[in-house]
Amino acid sequence: GSWSRLMAQQSLTEDQLLAMDPKGKLTLVHITDIHAQLKPLYFREPSINLGIGEVAGQPPHVTGADFLKLYNIAPGSPDAYALTSEDYVALARSYGRMGGLDRIATVIRRIRAERGDDNVLLLDGGDTWQGSFTSNATLGQDMVTVMNALKPDAMTGHWEFTYGTDRVKEIIDGLPFAFLGSNIYDAEWDEPAFEAWRMYERGGARVAVIGQAFPYTPIANPRWMIPDWSFGIKEEDIAAHVEEAIAEGADVVVLLSHNGFDVDRKLASRVDGIDVILTGHTHDALPEPVIVNNTLVIASGSNGKFLSRIDLDVQDGKVTSYAHRLIPIFSDVITPDAEMSALIDEVRAPYEADLQRVLGRTESLLYRRGNFNGTFDDLICQALLSERDAEIALSPGFRWGTTLLPGQDITFEDVHNACAMTYPAAYRTAMTGQMLKDILEDVGDNLFNPDPYYQQGGDMVRVGGMGYTIDPSKSIGERISAMTLLSTGEAIDPAREYIVAGWASVNEGTEGPPIAEVVEAHLSKNPVVVLPDNQSVKLAG
Amino acid sequence: AAVTLAFLPRLALAAAQSTDEAIMAFTKGATPTEGTVSLDTPEIAENGNTVPVGVSVDSPMTADNYVESVLILADGNPNPAVATFHFTALSGVAEAKTRIRLAKTQNVIAVARMNDGSVFIDRKEVKVTIGGCGG
Amino acid sequence: MADNKPRVKVPKKAAKGEVIAIKTLISHPMESGQRKDKAGNLVPRQIINKFTCEFNGQVVFTCDMDPAVSANPYLEFNVRVDEPGTFKFTWVDDDGSIYEAVNSIAVE
Ligand SMILES: [Mn+2]
Ligand SMILES: [Mn+2]
Repeated sequence: GSWSRLMAQQSLTEDQLLAMDPKGKLTLVHITDIHAQLKPLYFREPSINLGIGEVAGQPPHVTGADFLKLYNIAPGSPDAYALTSEDYVALARSYGRMGGLDRIATVIRRIRAERGDDNVLLLDGGDTWQGSFTSNATLGQDMVTVMNALKPDAMTGHWEFTYGTDRVKEIIDGLPFAFLGSNIYDAEWDEPAFEAWRMYERGGARVAVIGQAFPYTPIANPRWMIPDWSFGIKEEDIAAHVEEAIAEGADVVVLLSHNGFDVDRKLASRVDGIDVILTGHTHDALPEPVIVNNTLVIASGSNGKFLSRIDLDVQDGKVTSYAHRLIPIFSDVITPDAEMSALIDEVRAPYEADLQRVLGRTESLLYRRGNFNGTFDDLICQALLSERDAEIALSPGFRWGTTLLPGQDITFEDVHNACAMTYPAAYRTAMTGQMLKDILEDVGDNLFNPDPYYQQGGDMVRVGGMGYTIDPSKSIGERISAMTLLSTGEAIDPAREYIVAGWASVNEGTEGPPIAEVVEAHLSKNPVVVLPDNQSVKLAG
Repeated sequence: AAVTLAFLPRLALAAAQSTDEAIMAFTKGATPTEGTVSLDTPEIAENGNTVPVGVSVDSPMTADNYVESVLILADGNPNPAVATFHFTALSGVAEAKTRIRLAKTQNVIAVARMNDGSVFIDRKEVKVTIGGCGG
Repeated sequence: MADNKPRVKVPKKAAKGEVIAIKTLISHPMESGQRKDKAGNLVPRQIINKFTCEFNGQVVFTCDMDPAVSANPYLEFNVRVDEPGTFKFTWVDDDGSIYEAVNSIAVE
């Protein structure tokens, strides 16, 4: 409301948010993991984001007060609100929503005006087309239309592929910029399926941009939707493209990556010659680059909350210095771009009445992000348990999905922001205790394998009706213990079958109602949501 | 040791034994050295039914110095045998790729035998996962 | 087995002495002998067990295959081409069937 706007405007101005000491002539602008969020929103950063092995305690595996200390951010400040979960609800009430592609349009317009159109490269790291009701309803078209108006120079992808081969090809054929994927091959003949990299002339320099799509797309998401394409990290291909680019006169080599932070940090240490990695997928927002092997690794957050500006001074074919700013998009501070606001309203108009429909109200903070559980997932698990009459519920540890403050209405749009996908069936099936253990171990290893190249991003699968203990430092098969059926307090029996409800199965032919309908049905019977902190996952080790 | 072995699952034991036996049969009893041969496998398989496996051996591939054969094994399959590539001096380079079945997370092994009888080995773990998560 | 159609990718031409990449695919279930049918009976093994590539009558590359090779076996390998000529590719099935493909290459 106007009260929060006033607070924010007293402490912040648009000029302050955009201010930075420029360097050189070339500017890279990076945005990633928007997850189809056109409008300003609340998105609480994680309170727990464990790093295993060498990366323990290194950014981005620093949260809360430790994060504030590491980056010398004052508690209660705008940056504290934007970058951490500390005192989140109170600060959210002060500083208001973040993001909104019309605000982002303003920032991009101002950077282009300041630096000159020909000196700026706008790069989108992917996870752009999925994550809302309208993106699902239009098969990504709302985002494509709006992003095209921002005039990016290139993008790569991940959730984009969950629209299936035909739709992805159809959109890419019509894109007025490059969709780059050096690591995507045709599965039959093992030949490159996408443009790998492109050379741009900006700021008097030759800038090679190599695209790296999410390497584990056909594993983390349904392979049957993209049977013709094979992915992978393919580090040696990136190295080959870097060499090619340099041979063709590149002064600057940029990797536009959806690998996830730890994968990119390892990659930077092993592949020489990359000046900047614009990383995505793991949704980390870092106020400073992490420098590895002379490579700047830049993490620009998610959901349109941030945009990174990187100025590069290029002399004699080399980057000699840089300036960087992670610009937080405070929606009450940055003036929306009027044309973009109108375009966003236009693409949403056919759905607006539905989007605003109130399904319930929450008295608790509803969020998803964090390694083990989030209250929005607890709500989804409750819905699965009751509506699908199950003993145990499983909900995927996605890192997208918006946040609701205590006292907010829960709208149709909010529910879809947490559930919008092209394989939403809420299944109901019998699983043995052993199968449940195997699933937790498998997902745990995808998250906590000490070798980043074996990590898939995302967080631990959320569980309803069951508690367990996890020791992330152990190896696969040994992390999970003390699995307990919460309704009886009994230990989970490996041999017994349990009725399990879940959603987002990657298996073809999964049956069940869409998860959003399940949550909506649950809310119609339980319209006031109160969720105490979930204590059912215990951390060991 | 015999007592400990008795507790191992029978299939796993058979596979471990036959992996070693297959290597020794291929190398004619010589113990292979690490290096010279290298495997190219994905860290995580997209599909355990069709996992791309590439092998390359550092060799000039001339008439008197070439790679004869490369044996591919998968030590966690019920039967570890996968394939054997046979090269000639006309191969130009000693590289080949195929696609294989992996029943679970396990090591893929490549053993190269040169025309002078020297033998080399490489091993890569490939994870076979349930999948389904997302950032 | 009438549907075991082989497909190959061979460059149409090469420079003398060039090392070219050849890719081959053949439709085949590669029945491992370990799979059970709906009635619970083991389906007997039937795989392609050998692949051979000859150039102008001389064997340049072969592969022995076991049941762990995926259905529709894929092979990629290299050949140094010193002269124009003809590649002959041969796949041998457990049941004795032989599938063939032939490709010629020009040398500049
Ligand atoms: Mn992603
Ligand atoms: Mn994402």
